[in-house]
Amino acid sequence: MSTIKSLEDLKNAREEALKKRELKATSGAVQVIVGMGTCGIAAGARDTMKSILDTIEKDSINGVIVTQTGCIGLCEKEPIVQVVIGEAAKVTYGKVTPEVAKTILLEHVGNGKVVSDHVLNI
Amino acid sequence: MRELSLHLLDIAENSISAKANDIIIEVIEDLRIDLLQLSVHDNGCGMPPEMAARVIDPFVTTRTTRKVGLGIPLLKEAAEMCNGSFELTSEVGVGTKIVVKFQHSHIDRMPLGDITTTLLHLLVANPSVHWVFKYRFNDNEFLFDDEPVKAEIQDLPLSEPSILNCLREMLKSGIDGARALNVS
Repeated sequence: MSTIKSLEDLKNAREEALKKRELKATSGAVQVIVGMGTCGIAAGARDTMKSILDTIEKDSINGVIVTQTGCIGLCEKEPIVQVVIGEAAKVTYGKVTPEVAKTILLEHVGNGKVVSDHVLNI
Repeated sequence: MRELSLHLLDIAENSISAKANDIIIEVIEDLRIDLLQLSVHDNGCGMPPEMAARVIDPFVTTRTTRKVGLGIPLLKEAAEMCNGSFELTSEVGVGTKIVVKFQHSHIDRMPLGDITTTLLHLLVANPSVHWVFKYRFNDNEFLFDDEPVKAEIQDLPLSEPSILNCLREMLKSGIDGARALNVS
């Protein structure tokens, strides 16, 4: 059994995050939104979300805000992920498997390149 | 849905849609009485009795994007298939409580699944909600209240890599710890 992480650990984690953020303060806010209606969850949105959180953690991608939304009426395209970077228009992706989610984070969020194969035109 | 933790995520989403800002999620595994119980208690807008009685019908939903809601009927059926029960109490302006019971050892009971991911997800993606998670395995309880956590990290988003990692560990070690105590 591993030790239960304490608030002290959290404090250290916060300091670490703060340092990283200062380095990156210029790039503008990044928001990643995952569709989490019953349709999304049934289509595997939680695994998509897991992949997003895992990628942020493993590749140390700072400054990303992950949120969720309900069903947006495109159930057949779920899991759906939307990316908003700074002032740029929202990009909506459909059929986002955990692998695609990882690619979106590394390419779109990381390098600013839209992953055009999975973009939904709505 | 193949895991109970996915259902849990789904019903917690209902609480979020009901504009709750206080949500308590409780998971109980009590092998002594062969029980697996999930409950979600929120302070959202609640429902009038007629609506509360009707949400178990798949053709009732508050969504505007399509006309069927499947989350609650699916969960209710899953519970009843396993000698369990589904109970929903709601009051307008006060909130809603859902308690779902399963026979723990029932052959058709879905696995609980990845509960840590479900909790982490709810926590990170809905920072304005005050979350309380309770997990009990027989006599061992793990309680996670996000208030001290949020006080500690202050204004930083929960999705910062190092914080994410720390939160995941807190949840996982708490749940694993409660389970491990029973094995020895």
